[in-house]
Amino acid sequence: MDVIANQLFAGLSMASILLMIALGLAIIYGAMGVINLAHGEFVMLGAYVTWALQTHVGIGILPALPIVFIAVALVGLIVEKAVVQKLYHRPLDTILATWGIGIILQQLVRLGIGAESRFVKGPEILSGNTEIGPLIMSNYRIFVIFFSIAVLFVTWRLMTRTEFGMKLRAVIQNRDISECYGIESKRIFSITFAYGAGLAGIAGALITPLFSTIPTMGTGLVVDAFLVVIVGGLGSLVGSAVAAALIGEATALFSIVINDTLGRIAVLAGIILLIRFRPRGLFPTETRR
Amino acid sequence: MKRRDFLGGMGAVGTAGMLSTPALLASSGRALAQGADIPVGLLFSLTGAVAVVESTLHDAALMAIEEINASGGIHGRQLRPIIEDPASDPATYANRARRLMIRDKCVSVFGSYTSASRQAVLPVTEQRNNLYWYPTLYEGRECSRNVMYGGAVPNQQQDDLIPWAIENFGPRFFMIGNNYVYPKEENNYCKTLLAKYGGEVVNEEYVPLGHSDFSSVINRIRAEKPDVIFATVVGDSDVAFARQYHAAELDPSQMPVVSLTRSEVEVKAIGGEAAAGHFSSAPYFMGHGTPENEKFVEAYKSRYGGDKVTHFVSEAAYFQVYQFKAALEKVDPANITPQTIRDAAVGLTLNAPQGEVLIDENLHTHLWPKIGQWKTDGQAEVLVESKERIAPRPYAAYEGQTCTGEGLVKA
Repeated sequence: MDVIANQLFAGLSMASILLMIALGLAIIYGAMGVINLAHGEFVMLGAYVTWALQTHVGIGILPALPIVFIAVALVGLIVEKAVVQKLYHRPLDTILATWGIGIILQQLVRLGIGAESRFVKGPEILSGNTEIGPLIMSNYRIFVIFFSIAVLFVTWRLMTRTEFGMKLRAVIQNRDISECYGIESKRIFSITFAYGAGLAGIAGALITPLFSTIPTMGTGLVVDAFLVVIVGGLGSLVGSAVAAALIGEATALFSIVINDTLGRIAVLAGIILLIRFRPRGLFPTETRR
Repeated sequence: MKRRDFLGGMGAVGTAGMLSTPALLASSGRALAQGADIPVGLLFSLTGAVAVVESTLHDAALMAIEEINASGGIHGRQLRPIIEDPASDPATYANRARRLMIRDKCVSVFGSYTSASRQAVLPVTEQRNNLYWYPTLYEGRECSRNVMYGGAVPNQQQDDLIPWAIENFGPRFFMIGNNYVYPKEENNYCKTLLAKYGGEVVNEEYVPLGHSDFSSVINRIRAEKPDVIFATVVGDSDVAFARQYHAAELDPSQMPVVSLTRSEVEVKAIGGEAAAGHFSSAPYFMGHGTPENEKFVEAYKSRYGGDKVTHFVSEAAYFQVYQFKAALEKVDPANITPQTIRDAAVGLTLNAPQGEVLIDENLHTHLWPKIGQWKTDGQAEVLVESKERIAPRPYAAYEGQTCTGEGLVKA
C-alpha cells in the first residue's frame, strides 16, 4: 500500500514534467499546425541558460526562470521569423526544417559549450522531503507539480481571457477571414511560437536538478511530449493536462507492477490502442482549416 | 589535323597516363614502407551521443601520441595520427575502420567506448587481420586475436568488490542497470560471486538506455531496504539516478550505491555533494598517487584545461598508446605489421598511471583493481587496493570456457 501511494506521487511528478514540456508543443502544434521537432532543443537551451546563469552569474534556478523564459522565447522568435514563417503553407517541410534547426542548435551547444554533462544545483529551500505517514515526497517535485498547474492556468487565461488569446483563436479558426477583420496573423503566430518556445525553456530549467544536462537531452523528451499532445488531442490545453496525468500515472504504475522497460512498452501499446479508437485524441477541438 | 590522327594521339596520351598511374602508386607504397611516419588510426566519436566520453579518450590518446613524437618517436620514426569521427554510429565505425586499415594503411587503430561500436569494428579488424586497441572496461565474453583489450573485465572489477561489500554492508543486493548486454553480463558474474560468498539478490532491474526518471526505482529501493545498490547504470542515466537518489535523502551509509561505471566524469555532472559517500570499483582513480599518474594528470590538465578530469577509460586510452610504442620498439623496423606488433605486445609490462600493467597472452590486460569512495570535491578516496595484479578472465562467468593465446578454448 505504501508503495502504491508513493508510486502515485511519482506518477504525478512525471506528469507535471511531461505537462511542462508538452504545453509549449501543444500550443505551437494546435494553434499553428506546425510540427516543431526542435521543441526538445528549446528544452535543452532552457537547461543550458539555467546552467550558464548559475555558474557564470550566480543566479539560482528560481530567480532564473523569467530570464530563461525570455531568452528561449527570443530564440523561438528568431527561428519563427527566419524559417518557420516561410513554410506555413507547406506543413511537411516544416517538419524537416525544424528537425534541421534542432540538429543545428544541438551542435552549436556541443561546439560552443562542450559535450560533457553539466551540473546545475537545485534550489536550497526546496531540498528535503515532506513525509505524510508512509508517503515520502520530494519538496522539489511538489514544487514542480504546483508550478506546472500554475503555468497551465496562466496559459489558459491567456488563450481565453485576453485580446491576444481571442485573436489567436480567431486565426486558428479561419486565418483568411481574421485577416479581413484586421488581425495581423503573422504577428500572432510569431508571438505564439515564441511563447511556446519560452515554456519549453522553463521546462528545461525545471528539470536540470533532476536530470543530466547534455546537448542531446531534448531528443528523448520531445517524443514524450508528442505522445502527450497526440493523446490529449490537437490544440486542447485540458486534453494535454489530462493526457500528461494519464501517461505519467500509467508509466508509474506499470513500472512498479512490471518494470521500467516493460512498463514503457505497455504505455506505448496503450497509446497505440487509444489512437486506434480515438484517432483525434481524448479532447479533439473542432476547427476549420 | 585529321580526326583519325587526333583520336590516335589522344589514345597515346591516355595510355601513357594509364601507365604512369600504377607506377605512382607503387612508388608511394614503397615510400610508406621505408618512410619516416608510422600511420595509426584514432577512431573516437567527436560528435553524437557518445562524444561526451569518447572525446576525452580521443584527447588522452592523442596526447600520448604527441608526447611520443616530441620525445623522438619510435626508432626515430614519428607516429602519424589519422583522425576519423564515427559520429556515435556503429555502422560508421565499421566504415571508417575499414578506411583507416585499407586506404591509410594503419598498422593499428585506437578507438571505441561502447561495446556496440567495438562489435561493429570486430569483423573489419579480423578480416583485415589488423589490430584494434579498445580501452574500455567491458562485459567480457569475447576473445578476438585482433583486439587489444585495455579495460577491466567483470572478474577484475568484482572479485575484490563483492566480498568486501558483503562484509561491510550486508548480503542483500539490489541490482539496477541499463537494459543492454554490459549490465546483464556483470550481474550474471555478480550472482556467481554472491552464491559463493552467501549474498542474495533482492531485485534485479533494467531501465532503458537514457532513462531519466528513477522515482519508481527509488520507491522500490525504499520498500525493499537492501544493503547494497549494485549499479551498472551508464552515462546520463547514472547522473539522473544519482541526483534523484540524493534528492530522495537515501543515506549512503545505510544503502550505498556501489557502481562499476561511475567515474570522475559522471561525478562531475552529478555534483560532489550527491555523489559523496557512494563507491566505485575501477583500476584507476584520478587521485591515485603514482609518479606516472601525477605526470599524466598534470599533462592532461595543462593541455586541455584545469577543470578537466581523467578517468579509468581515458587512462587506458593513454597507456595503450605507450603499450603500442613499447611493442613497436621490439619489432624489426623492416617488418612492421599488425601481427608482429601483437606478438611483441604479449607479455609486455608497462608502468601505467594505475600501476604496472601486463598484457596477457589472451590480449586482455592484467590490472590493479581498487575500490574508491567519492568525496564532495568530486574525487575518490581509495579505500581498498588489490594486493596483487589481477589477471583478466573474460569468460569467468562461464565454466569450461577460457580465453587463451590460441583463442577461445571450450572444455
